Amino acid sequence: MASEIKQGTLELVNHLPILQVITPMLIAPILVVLNNKTLSWLLSFVGTLACLFISILLVQAVSDGSVLTYYLGGWIPPIGIEYRIDAANAILLFLISIISAIVLIFSYSSLYAEIPEEKHTLFYSCFLLCLTGLLGVVATADIFNVFVFLEISSLSTYVLVAQGAFLDRRALSASFNYLIMGTIGATFFVIGIGYIYMATGSLNMIDIAERVSQLGDNRTIQAGFAFIVVGMGLKLAMVPLHVWLPNAYTFAPTVVTCFLAATATKVALYVLIRFVFSVFNYEDNFVNELFFLLLMPLAVIAMIAASVIAIFKQNLKKLLAYSSLAQIGYMLLGLSLMSQKGLASSLVHMVNHGFTKAALFMSLGAFMLNTKNVYIKSLRGLGKSMPFTSGAFVIGGLSLIGVPGTAGFISKWLLLEAALETGYWLVAVLIIASSLFAVIYIWKIIEVLYFSDSSESYSEVGALILMPIWILALFCIFLGINTSLTVDVANMATEILFK
Amino acid sequence: MKHHLILKVITKFMVGVIVLFGLYVQFHGDYSPGGGFQAGVIIAAAFILYGIVMGLENVQKVMPIWFAQKAAAVGVLLYALTGFFSIIFGFEFLNYHAISPEHPKHGQHYGIILVELGVGITVTFVMIAIYYSFAGRTPHLDDKEW
Repeated sequence: MASEIKQGTLELVNHLPILQVITPMLIAPILVVLNNKTLSWLLSFVGTLACLFISILLVQAVSDGSVLTYYLGGWIPPIGIEYRIDAANAILLFLISIISAIVLIFSYSSLYAEIPEEKHTLFYSCFLLCLTGLLGVVATADIFNVFVFLEISSLSTYVLVAQGAFLDRRALSASFNYLIMGTIGATFFVIGIGYIYMATGSLNMIDIAERVSQLGDNRTIQAGFAFIVVGMGLKLAMVPLHVWLPNAYTFAPTVVTCFLAATATKVALYVLIRFVFSVFNYEDNFVNELFFLLLMPLAVIAMIAASVIAIFKQNLKKLLAYSSLAQIGYMLLGLSLMSQKGLASSLVHMVNHGFTKAALFMSLGAFMLNTKNVYIKSLRGLGKSMPFTSGAFVIGGLSLIGVPGTAGFISKWLLLEAALETGYWLVAVLIIASSLFAVIYIWKIIEVLYFSDSSESYSEVGALILMPIWILALFCIFLGINTSLTVDVANMATEILFK
Repeated sequence: MKHHLILKVITKFMVGVIVLFGLYVQFHGDYSPGGGFQAGVIIAAAFILYGIVMGLENVQKVMPIWFAQKAAAVGVLLYALTGFFSIIFGFEFLNYHAISPEHPKHGQHYGIILVELGVGITVTFVMIAIYYSFAGRTPHLDDKEW
């Protein structure tokens, strides 16, 4: 294509899908070359702001249901790699970009407490590579490209988690566990891609979808799908495959925990959704049975069991990590209902939970700057000495429970509606039960914060740390009142996916 | 390895040959089997061989750690900038037509060379950096323990 054209014909606007992904990729090596820690932070922050700006433009462009495509290197798909942005991935691009920008504000002063200064440049570089990977997974429409970006993000994530070793050496074993599990997941995933390629001879999602529908009941495709579900199950911490998650979240530096909890597992879930709806046929019996017989029970177990375990955890980072597992259960449940409403609730919950969990982990990180650990007993009476951080934590906690007026309420309501619409009464009851468990473990923390006396008094953290926490907390409220960004875009996305 | 004279002499001789072969694989990647990945590994093998025989301190005089780290980043940068070059001139990311719009075939050729060079640089120095970080950790072995 374009062999006759002397001058290029594309405006900068046409490049938005690729600029979204390669902006952080371009900055990451520049940081290593410059090797200056203040400049590194500044450049990373500017880069993430650029990503945020691009993602807002993309959300605006696709919110009317249109689809943006971009051919890498000018090669037309299915031969070339294609990037496709529609409502479903635009909303996730926005989530990832905004969380990364907010997290970087937080890291400016908090990183000194967690990582030795000589490693800051490489840390930011790794962070940007992780961001590149996550954005790339979401933006691309080529299944092998998904794998490549998934590996970019995973490999840099292992490094980022291991950086917690400066405070707690257990970060190393947590990171190693994650490395092993993540690599097994990636292997399963790539085997699945291999099967699909074997059966269809294509790597482009749209192209595969056409060919799969012609193939009918094909064992190779089904095996490929099973491999992909297991591989992504590992990456998104589906319940029996979740063992890497609690330790990785607990021992990673706060910045990393916030970023991962808000984005990484959601991206893996998005990949699963994308494969079910855009690559395979969601009306296929095999897919439906797999989701009904396997994923739905697992999602329900995650919701209940992880919430119960969370109640008994003394380390609050671990408590929130288990609560994340339960929340992933909600998202998986929404998907496994296989209805438009269910999927919409799943997409909305991805965004809402992203902000909620980031706010919670970040305020825990702020407590940790003073108390040096996050055991529940060391937070005594911090509600009085650190009122702003505690306030943000309470808002996040309410949103996690799903109190009306917060983001969590919207998505849980949608999920309940979806469960009732499809007639799963028991599931709906269990969703409420799981929310009640969330009340218990959040209340446990609030009680310690506000209703017990402290032996030591701490001063409130600085404004630069409070600002990102409160941005996230206000988002938790904003998304609970104004649902045009989340619910409307998610409805648009489900219409595209279910077409 | 102070008394392994033969090994040392052969290594000094081989290092140049290996690097030369690596460069051949690098720049013939667009005609024949080879390319950045293979060339990078071969060139890195030359440095690793030198390090094993002459000792870590000596190879780090030739190739300091900071240089390996930065050069690895420069390779990625070269790749990314090749892509950005196309964007600036109004083509798709990594569309090599932008490099020579009058002769698209030449453009494809130059583009492949640039991108493969970036890959080669990164692979070389990442391999060396991995070797350094592993070799730097082991306690020093005496010759008697071999």
